[in-house]
Amino acid sequence: MSASSQPCITTRDLNLWYAKFQALINVSVDIKEGLITSLIGPSGCGKTTLLRCFNRVNERYGYVTTTGQIRILGKNIYDPDVSLIELRKSVGMVFQRPNPLPISVYENVVFGLRIHGEGDVLRRASLDQAVETALTEVGLWNDLKDRLDAKATTLQLEQQQKLCIARLLPLKPRVILMDEPCSALDVEGTRAIEELMFGLKGRYTILIVTHNMAQARRASDECIFMLLGERVEHRRTEDLFLAPGNPRTAEYIEGRYG
Amino acid sequence: MMFAITPHVRRKQRHETIAKWVFFGMAASMIVPLVLIIGYLVERAWPSLSLGFLIDVPARGMKEGGVWPALVGTIYLVVLSLAVSAPVGVLAAVYLNEYARDNWFNRIINLAVINLAGVPSIVHALFGLGAFVYAARFGYSIISASLTLAIMTLPVIIASTREALASVPRTFREACWNVGATRWQTIKAVVLPNSISGILTGIILQVSRAAGETAPIMFTGAVFFKAVQKGDFFPYRLHEQCMALSMHLYTLSTQVPGVKESVPFATAVLLLGAVILVNATAIILRGYLRARKKW
Ligand SMILES: Nc1ncnc2c1ncn2[C@@H]1O[C@H](COP(=O)(O)OP(=O)(O)OP(=O)(O)O)[C@@H](O)[C@H]1O
Ligand SMILES: [Mg+2]
Repeated sequence: MSASSQPCITTRDLNLWYAKFQALINVSVDIKEGLITSLIGPSGCGKTTLLRCFNRVNERYGYVTTTGQIRILGKNIYDPDVSLIELRKSVGMVFQRPNPLPISVYENVVFGLRIHGEGDVLRRASLDQAVETALTEVGLWNDLKDRLDAKATTLQLEQQQKLCIARLLPLKPRVILMDEPCSALDVEGTRAIEELMFGLKGRYTILIVTHNMAQARRASDECIFMLLGERVEHRRTEDLFLAPGNPRTAEYIEGRYG
Repeated sequence: MMFAITPHVRRKQRHETIAKWVFFGMAASMIVPLVLIIGYLVERAWPSLSLGFLIDVPARGMKEGGVWPALVGTIYLVVLSLAVSAPVGVLAAVYLNEYARDNWFNRIINLAVINLAGVPSIVHALFGLGAFVYAARFGYSIISASLTLAIMTLPVIIASTREALASVPRTFREACWNVGATRWQTIKAVVLPNSISGILTGIILQVSRAAGETAPIMFTGAVFFKAVQKGDFFPYRLHEQCMALSMHLYTLSTQVPGVKESVPFATAVLLLGAVILVNATAIILRGYLRARKKW
């Protein structure tokens, strides 16, 4: 990927309060399109909160207030003419614990299409096609093509997590947000998800929260370090780890707190 | 010596044993009254227990005969009252649990539900009398009695439904929101399918409550006696009064001199049997639906 990529997600002076508690303080970042950007920082610094701003899921809590600007693909997502439904189709999210729905593998993958689609999209043939495409893209097709009727919650965790990624793809998202997607997985599973991320890179903008420094180093092009609700540093991953520009970043990546 | 049992440890072990047996005893003692009640009732009711008792009408000024009119009346009341309270209760619970934000208005609704659930049935009876019999001019009728029972069961159905909805993992909802599902789509696709067993159980448990209460129907639509054909399934009109099992039991035990002794007991056995049957159905249904979903 070239370093001159367009910004995909831009925030300016983003502040967020949970009731009286300020969880994000003047956060301004430019996340580049098609790259993998990792989000690191000690527990409670607001990584998840920032991630959840990008598909406006935070608002489901009545007591959250947000100020500032978030632009995704050039569009201010707080504009009144923005449809939350369309926004969430374009900005998919993957969670710490895989959360497949307790229905079949097949139905999990086409779930989004059933929610949004009408007419031709819902013909059996096009659903079948969508399932094959999505599962192939995440590398599950060969393992699961004979078990599409199996209940998704009975799969191995790694397969569940891949399925959760596959579930986003039929909606043609532009951004995939991942909140510690590997923390429930073993070493093998972690490697598999990272490989999958490399496969998806370029076509999707990927933002991944991780507590694992080695993973941030291995798997991301750029890295954002956050502390106590503030963005401390955002640079190319190699630069951030080799020559951190801020002493607090250096302390964190050397493991002095976290 | 390593790992030796010291007197101190032995004392703790003894306490542990005592505690276990005390707790077990308390739990097990619940069985005793149930067995005693059932045993006593069945024994006294024995001479009257037969299929005929179910389908016969009362005879000789209710001193003998069966309970058919009361049985049918109870079925009318229960079915009608739940036909009102179940849909209203479930929809209200869905609103409170899935839509309502935490503001003063919804807090008032919550408070109302909790307090309504604690209102004694005799108060519901008076309310039913004022609201349905007089104000709404339904008169003493099956409609008034059913609506009174509906008001009585409603808050409990709301509470049990909310509990069932709240037991659906948050992650399922998040999975839906994150593919852009609306709240209603989320409810339809994951919340209701995964909470239906709890919702149904809560409703069924109210069947036995509606069947068992006397006060709410006594003031609003149940009568001591009504002439009904043996085995007639549709003896009542909705704007008329009806007999009911709980009321019948009260009548036989206190209002009619010279009743054959086993008749009220047989009525009690029937009422209790019906309650146990309904509750067992609820438990089996819940078990069946749970085994099917399993996440
Ligand atoms: N729903 C909420 N209500 C109130 N406070 C919250 C809520 N979610 C998070 N917080 C608070 O906001 C701060 C940031 O939380 P957040 O979950 O974003 O941190 P994080 O960086 O993702 O942490 P972790 O690494 O542990 O996941 C924390 O202090 C947390 O206690
Ligand atoms: Mg987090």
